[in-house]
Amino acid sequence: MRIIVDFDLCQSHGLCTEAAPELFELRDDGFLYVLNETPGPEFAAKAEKAVLECPTGAITIKAE
Amino acid sequence: MRTIVIVGASLAGLRAAQALRKRGFDGRVVMIGAERHAPYDRPPLSKQLLAGEWAAEKLFFHAREQHATLELEQRLGQAARSLDVREQVVTLESGETVSYDGLVIATGATPRMLPHAGGLQGVHVLRTLDDALSVASALSQGARVAVIGAGFIGLEVAASCRKLGLMVSVIEPQRLPLLALLGEPLAQAAFALHADHGVDFHLGVRVRELVGEGRVERIVLDDGKEVPCDVVVVGIGVVPETRWLEGSGVALSHGVLCDEQLATNVPNIVAAGDVVRWPNAAVGGELMCVEHWSNAVEQGQAAAARLLDGPVVAPFRHMPYFWSDQYDRKFQCTGRVRADDAFEVLQGGLDQAMFAAVYGRDDRLCGVLTSNAPGVFLRARKLLAQGASLEEARRALS
Repeated sequence: MRIIVDFDLCQSHGLCTEAAPELFELRDDGFLYVLNETPGPEFAAKAEKAVLECPTGAITIKAE
Repeated sequence: MRTIVIVGASLAGLRAAQALRKRGFDGRVVMIGAERHAPYDRPPLSKQLLAGEWAAEKLFFHAREQHATLELEQRLGQAARSLDVREQVVTLESGETVSYDGLVIATGATPRMLPHAGGLQGVHVLRTLDDALSVASALSQGARVAVIGAGFIGLEVAASCRKLGLMVSVIEPQRLPLLALLGEPLAQAAFALHADHGVDFHLGVRVRELVGEGRVERIVLDDGKEVPCDVVVVGIGVVPETRWLEGSGVALSHGVLCDEQLATNVPNIVAAGDVVRWPNAAVGGELMCVEHWSNAVEQGQAAAARLLDGPVVAPFRHMPYFWSDQYDRKFQCTGRVRADDAFEVLQGGLDQAMFAAVYGRDDRLCGVLTSNAPGVFLRARKLLAQGASLEEARRALS
């Protein structure tokens, strides 16, 4: 799968970093960073949780 | 269970439907919604939509999520009228009946209206997409706007109107905006922020009367002053939407009374979102309604799990979180905050665009409020979840 963040929508709520800390990080500059854009299937549940909990709908997952 | 009915077609109901499918439920899922619209996102209504930055299409969840696999049967534009728990039937306003094996109550809340609006045109609340579209349309004609109630909705409406260059008056019976919610220091900062942006405040006064010939023309205040206006937006809070459940046997107490797992007192009925009142273990088991976005997301999923798995599921706990966009500020707030909690600014200043502040009670951290400081907010939120002391918060965040 591929993680795609629309940075025009992202407002750095950072809830994804709690849902999937292996995939997302909010740094002190206030911006979100995707740590792993192509995680293995073991991260699917966490990535989906991040999608559902993102207040701005900025995260999508594409199957590869 | 063959049929699960979800009453309420907003965020909590949608997340419940998604969770049911995710958990492998392959029976019928019927979603009943009072509004004519498919599920959409509410926070942008008072912000991007009102400020004219986003079109309505952008708010629909199906535009940003893939819902095709949900196979929902939707009954939109029809509110539920009553519930028969013995026959397990929901009756809609049209008279149509829908039987269920499992029921998710997610009817949200309804804005309170002023008793003296008297059917005048130009007086609005702001809860639904149709509300927001009708306010936006009124604003596009260069209206003078009066906002009644200086809570978050009222202040966001005021900020959006100022962005559009409209004249805005805000009327509030307390002596400062947000005072009862966030306490004196923040209330003063909010007052200064909006006053600096040209909002005309009428504080410490109540509305005596709305006056106009068919359409509202002015508001008469208790002190005799008059506020001329073309559009009134009333933001004085919400009440849980439980009228359709009265007499049904589902326990109600300022909301649908749920246990720690979001089950009601009636078997096979759970609830989620703004309508729920439950003992929240994250804040000492206090019985509370949490009318915020993230709570609806998490409760929708938890209620679905409770319905399918039964009482073996973990208690639902949630640290309240909300945000508010006003001018160039993004406020984020989490915790259970009271106006008389200790309040300390740890970074920046209340007169600046950036600050990070904490609330404390009995030397424990009980809340976090930041402006334009998402990184600090997230660190503080972790401390709050860990039950940190105020001193630990000071050391970690200063």
